[in-house]
Amino acid sequence: MTVYILCLILFSIGLYCVVRKRNLIKIIIGIGIMDYAVNLFFVLIGYREGGRSPIFASDQVIDKMVDPLPQSLVLTSIVIGLAITLLLVAIAIRIYEKYGTFDITKINKLKG
Amino acid sequence: MKYIREDKGMTLIVKSVTRLTLGFILLYGIYITLNGHAGPGGGFAGGVIVALSFVHIMLAFGKEVALKRLRAWLLRVSIGIAALIFLYVAVIRSSFVSCPVFSTEVIIPLCEMVIVGGGLFAIFIALVLLSKGDKDAE
Amino acid sequence: MISLLLIIPLSSAFLIPIIGKRIKWTGGAISSLAAFALAANSFVIISNLMKYKTLLYKFGAFPPPAGISLIVDGLSVFLLITVNVVAFLIALFSMDYMKQYTDRWKFYTLFMFMLAGVNGVLIAGDIFNLYVFLEVAAIAGYFLVGFGVRDEELEAAFKYAVMGSVASIFILLGIGLLYSYTSTLNMAEMARILPQTGTSSLVTFVSVLFLMGFGLKAALVPFHSWLPYAHSQAPAPISAMLSGVSIKVLGIYALARIFFNVLGMTPAVCFILIALAVLSMVAGSIMAFGQSDIKRLFAYSSISQIGYIALGLGIGTPLAISGALFHLFNHSIFKSLLFLNSGSIEYAAGTRDLNRIRNVIREDPVTGYTNLIGSLSICGVPPLGGFWSKLIIILACIQANHPILAFVAAVVSMLTLAYYFKALTPALFGTHATAGIKASGRKISFAMAAPMVILAILVVISGMMLLPNPGRELLKGAANVLQNGRNYGK
Repeated sequence: MTVYILCLILFSIGLYCVVRKRNLIKIIIGIGIMDYAVNLFFVLIGYREGGRSPIFASDQVIDKMVDPLPQSLVLTSIVIGLAITLLLVAIAIRIYEKYGTFDITKINKLKG
Repeated sequence: MKYIREDKGMTLIVKSVTRLTLGFILLYGIYITLNGHAGPGGGFAGGVIVALSFVHIMLAFGKEVALKRLRAWLLRVSIGIAALIFLYVAVIRSSFVSCPVFSTEVIIPLCEMVIVGGGLFAIFIALVLLSKGDKDAE
Repeated sequence: MISLLLIIPLSSAFLIPIIGKRIKWTGGAISSLAAFALAANSFVIISNLMKYKTLLYKFGAFPPPAGISLIVDGLSVFLLITVNVVAFLIALFSMDYMKQYTDRWKFYTLFMFMLAGVNGVLIAGDIFNLYVFLEVAAIAGYFLVGFGVRDEELEAAFKYAVMGSVASIFILLGIGLLYSYTSTLNMAEMARILPQTGTSSLVTFVSVLFLMGFGLKAALVPFHSWLPYAHSQAPAPISAMLSGVSIKVLGIYALARIFFNVLGMTPAVCFILIALAVLSMVAGSIMAFGQSDIKRLFAYSSISQIGYIALGLGIGTPLAISGALFHLFNHSIFKSLLFLNSGSIEYAAGTRDLNRIRNVIREDPVTGYTNLIGSLSICGVPPLGGFWSKLIIILACIQANHPILAFVAAVVSMLTLAYYFKALTPALFGTHATAGIKASGRKISFAMAAPMVILAILVVISGMMLLPNPGRELLKGAANVLQNGRNYGK
């Protein structure tokens, strides 16, 4: 149970970072932290106490394996997270070129 | 050798070590790719290592040398072709010819290596050069 | 045949980078052809769906609860038709419109990725695949909003990307919790297991997460703040794509599919959905009043119209659901028409400022008259489709004993008429030319005019969908899927 609570705390730190920070790069880092907290949560779902790695061989019985499905989901989710981080970093670099700052309160050419 | 004389990039030590280890890194990436069938490894991990070998060149010698070795259009075309082969294999559900070299167990990890390696290197180039837009060649 | 819905857009997306950079015209041609093939394929799927109630495609021939499956049923096919026809017309329009930009092949590649993602969301029978396709469509959307790399576009793209990815993370967390509760990812299997385990506070928590996540993708009001920026700054075809396709499929469709077919509509969820819908309708139309940018006006009106769709879904009676789906179809057509119009006005006049655009109908009759038809339909003028769908939703409110909601819907409809009248009458008919439309000297070409005319014809005939004809059967099939509740995939 403790690990789930720690996972939730990690998620909350990421959310705080996204909502509260003014620096673009810190916002991106916050999104990364949230993403990894959810990935960690997926791995925790599949974990069994004392389970072994889910590689199947012919002479082994299927007993006490960790659940392999969340692990494969995490792989996909990591790649998606990579794509999002890349996109955000690329946009942040272009914004820095145009505005000369990473501060979101100074990036306000959009009105309304 | 001719790279060393250029004053771009890092120090002589880094350049020499890069020149020595480069081939091994590339070879190890390909080994990981082809070995993924029975043990840990596969196209994704292998592709990352292959991309790292090119990133290695770029860090040591500067971006001109790395881009001379692997031009941007080649990257784009190879990613596209590899992805199309992927789709082709998925649709036809077998490989092109009966020759064992081109069986699906070889083709799929190799294509994955090209896509992942090319994609990661393209991301690196794009972030370094601040070029227009990026590819989401996941 | 179902798999073609993914193969066609993906293969064209990979083909365009190979040849599209050297030979400039191929990008537009390939993407238009692929979108046309997708639309044709959706019509083929309908004819098959007449024979069998649902179509199932199994990956690697593993049967559904264990293997990954693609499912097409009445609701999917209804949206597939809408999405692919609209996307084909938008691809045609962008062939000439995108000539103002450099690196067009990147645009078409990302456009096809977005189309692949949208089609994938519609046919996924597996909740994680739904998430993956949703992300493919959304990431391509983030790129495309910032495609012309001007300051405001980058800012809008960053806002959209940050909000969208936070929403995606919430959705992913919800999927993880659902998986830990039911130990399956297949939506049909999940719908079978969930009623047996009884109600749990976890399902309520997941409902909240999904309402936040998909509500942000659908731009319901507390989560709407990305939409006016993204829709007004993107290139016009992408505004049309985001407004006509993306917010409906990624937001409303996913919301409806998961809540009606998997989690089940509880009274609390219905209440929240109705509350969000009323907020969206009222706030969207009030905020639309002060806008002087033509695309921001359309964007706020999108928020307000999405409210109507969510209202119909939240009421949940058969009449309300078919009204909501009908309004979804209508809105998809006329809002993409209006955004294409705004694109062609911007192309010709060089500005989006409503105070400077004058006399469109005289100078550019095609844009002017199609815009008039689209605006009349969105305002709810009788013979056009928008009137009938709003009427059905208002009648359903009265039938379900919610006279206040009916009153609000009617008032918002009048507000819509008012702000369109206020904003567009000077632009379309006003004559004192301060800037005039021909400021840039560019004329819209045939490839830009044809999609607008076709969309305008669709807007005119969409009201006929209520008469007995194949279109009505399609609508009925789609509404049946939602009413059947948890019998999804059977």
